[in-house]
Amino acid sequence: MTMPDEEPVWLDDAAGPVVRPYAVTGGRAKPANSFNVVALVLATRSAPPSEVGIAPEQARIIHLCQRPLALAEVAAHLSLPLGTVRVLLDGLIAQGFVQVNDPRQAATLPDDSVFEALINGLRQL
Amino acid sequence: MDYVNSERTGHATLPTAIKILIAGGFGVGKTTLVGSVSETKPLRTEEVLSEQGVGVDDISGVEAKSTTTVAMDFGRITISEELVLYLFGTPGQDRFWFVWDELTIGALGAVVLADTRRLADCFPSVDYFERARLPFIVAVNCFENARQYSLDEVRLALDLDPDVPVMMCDARERQSSKEVLVALIEHVKKQGLTRRPEPVGH
Repeated sequence: MTMPDEEPVWLDDAAGPVVRPYAVTGGRAKPANSFNVVALVLATRSAPPSEVGIAPEQARIIHLCQRPLALAEVAAHLSLPLGTVRVLLDGLIAQGFVQVNDPRQAATLPDDSVFEALINGLRQL
Repeated sequence: MDYVNSERTGHATLPTAIKILIAGGFGVGKTTLVGSVSETKPLRTEEVLSEQGVGVDDISGVEAKSTTTVAMDFGRITISEELVLYLFGTPGQDRFWFVWDELTIGALGAVVLADTRRLADCFPSVDYFERARLPFIVAVNCFENARQYSLDEVRLALDLDPDVPVMMCDARERQSSKEVLVALIEHVKKQGLTRRPEPVGH
């Protein structure tokens, strides 16, 4: 699988994000959601809106999530903590720019067909 | 499974994400196993935890809270358009049970990696998953120069329930790591719907 094109790297990864996480989220520290690390995020539009009102990191989420990515993948690609990404997702969901499938809602184990698909899929790797 | 707002331009549905945890002591090969089967090199994500200071009336405010960053390595295996498997290495240190509780929610099961030279290192993981009632298997990562123990000796030393599978593996080998994951999924399937994981709440 190919990963989305990375933006040019300016800093050593070890330096971490240049901006404090709470600055990225406009000061909001607590997300309204508690999405699972494997909650899948998919953009509902092909590009961020051009108008003001969307943070650069939120625009990057829309670019990244042209195919479904787990919350943890989004956080890893943005080099932001999970909690910060959850806050960013709150805004994007409110504006209808992304949809999120949170497996926390699944009340039961997968059915047999999922088990079979997992086992067969792994064996064929 | 239900989908939230699954009507992307009318028809797109999101895949099902399955999460498996890879646990065990520090240096036992968790990230090695994730990397040997993952379709990309392991990614790293961080959870920032706030720890409330003890003095409730402490007016120093900011100093009353400290934050701890917990890093988790994980990998992805795309099974099909409809199914994606994520492997999460659990943070090693015992003080991060909060993160374990979060990771356990929605997890299908767990692999506890063991090193026979330091078998006690995986006691906390075994204990945790027993209490969380999350199905798990034990995979003994065979390190060179380590004395070989029989699987029965390992089972006895870990005081495992008789139905918990124990197997040997080499976490560096893709084929071996695949077999570990298949063994876990077969175990979970066999366990059926009777057990549901729940946070342990340390």
